[in-house]
Amino acid sequence: MTATGQTARPIPRAPAQSPSPSALSAAAAGRSPRWLSVVGLLGVIALGFTVWLGLWITPPDAVQGNLARLLYIHPPIATVALYWAGGVALVGSLLYLWPRTRSLFWDRLAASAVEVGAVFAALTLVTGSLWGRPAWGVWWTWDARLTSTALLLLLEIGYLALRRVPADPAVRARRCAVAAILVAIDVPIVHFSVDWWNTLHQGGTFLDPGFKLHAHGSMLWTFLLGFIAFSLIFVWLLGMRYRIEVLQDHVGDQELEVSLAERWDEGAGLAGAGAAVGVGVGTAPPPPSGSAP
Amino acid sequence: MWRDALLVAGKDLRIEARSRVALWQVVPFAVLVLVLLAFAIGPDAAPLRAAAPGIFWIAVLFSTVLSIQRSVAIESGEGTRDGLRLSGIDPAGIFLGKAAAIGLQLLVLQIVLWAGVTFLFDVRVHVVWLAITASLVATVGLACAGVLYGALSAGLHVRDTLLPLLVLPVLAPVLLAGTKTWQAALDGNASSGTEWLRLLIPFAVIYLVIGIVLYGPLQEAA
Repeated sequence: MTATGQTARPIPRAPAQSPSPSALSAAAAGRSPRWLSVVGLLGVIALGFTVWLGLWITPPDAVQGNLARLLYIHPPIATVALYWAGGVALVGSLLYLWPRTRSLFWDRLAASAVEVGAVFAALTLVTGSLWGRPAWGVWWTWDARLTSTALLLLLEIGYLALRRVPADPAVRARRCAVAAILVAIDVPIVHFSVDWWNTLHQGGTFLDPGFKLHAHGSMLWTFLLGFIAFSLIFVWLLGMRYRIEVLQDHVGDQELEVSLAERWDEGAGLAGAGAAVGVGVGTAPPPPSGSAP
Repeated sequence: MWRDALLVAGKDLRIEARSRVALWQVVPFAVLVLVLLAFAIGPDAAPLRAAAPGIFWIAVLFSTVLSIQRSVAIESGEGTRDGLRLSGIDPAGIFLGKAAAIGLQLLVLQIVLWAGVTFLFDVRVHVVWLAITASLVATVGLACAGVLYGALSAGLHVRDTLLPLLVLPVLAPVLLAGTKTWQAALDGNASSGTEWLRLLIPFAVIYLVIGIVLYGPLQEAA
């Protein structure tokens, strides 16, 4: 571009400055909805109570001693990773693929669920590992449930890698929806792994026939509070991640326009500085040719 | 659907018969994996014999990735995919056809590998029907899952690096169950092998059904 480019400056700048509809909706998405903040606040409070009850109020376990306190958080985290995140990802992807309910909302929701799910799957492995070292004597063992959970994490990482590949939003959404359904196949495998292969990990906590929890009152309540806390935090993170997804898409739409405008401002600034300082700025070329970066 | 599948499978196999990519690249690669893993484990006969089933299935898995990449590459030429879509062939038929072509090549590959482990690691399969059943069922699963993930990564410029990351964790159950079944077939312990067939069969069925249902939407996305 030559010096004539300066006369063309207002043209690329105009769309970025005028409040286009997409910019308005991006601004709307930038504010966190009130209900989401409330959920997040409740989640953090519940988590605080879980920590307080779990570490100070509840008595040590008869068999495991203080080690059992980790069980106030490990099963809730695993539940979120497996059923909540996996369920939202599966339902979102199916609803996206279903022509009548196809909307980018479901695509973004599913993608957010997979990402939050990956974090919780990693936390599941970490907390389980911390517990396994004193209880089983090893950080890691090739137990069916551990292995299938690790596979779930790897599958989710694969999904996120696929998601990062730039593509048209509709194309990417469809591709990712199929990928998420394929990831979700592992969820029932993790769930039933303790029944199918009788290895080290104990049986399921909930959703099992004949489930009865024998626990001291305060321990039971702490345990249940843990589930509520992590579920609330999951909803909160999911909502936040969804907003980021929306904002990212808007940034992607506007990136070129905004970058062009920024470059123009930069060029104008440099040109102005160059003119003000005179020949003192060695790196800045003289205004007429230097105004086009 | 079945007629379309035959058409597509015939086309892929004819391309293979003329280009010989699987024969001169994938099969030697699989044998190479056998040799490399043998180097890694060492020259002692006992550990090699113990690891033979796992080595066999690792070689099959890696070769599956190569076969999928080849199968995708066939369709990635200028306008090839559009031509395939315009042809009016049922997507399920395309899926089944491509899976059948890959499956057939994998079966040939497994025969070579079977000879390879017998010769290199001095192992003998005692329960032949079990090993053959495991290979047949596993091949259906590998081919179906492979074609699905191949379609998922088709048309991406990072296709070749992304595909192994996506598909190998998915194929891991086949590695596990295949190895266990082969171990049982080597030991002559049929009952423990049939237990692991119970993992291979649902795997094959699930990916077959999902592929038939989802290949259409995937093809539109590519």
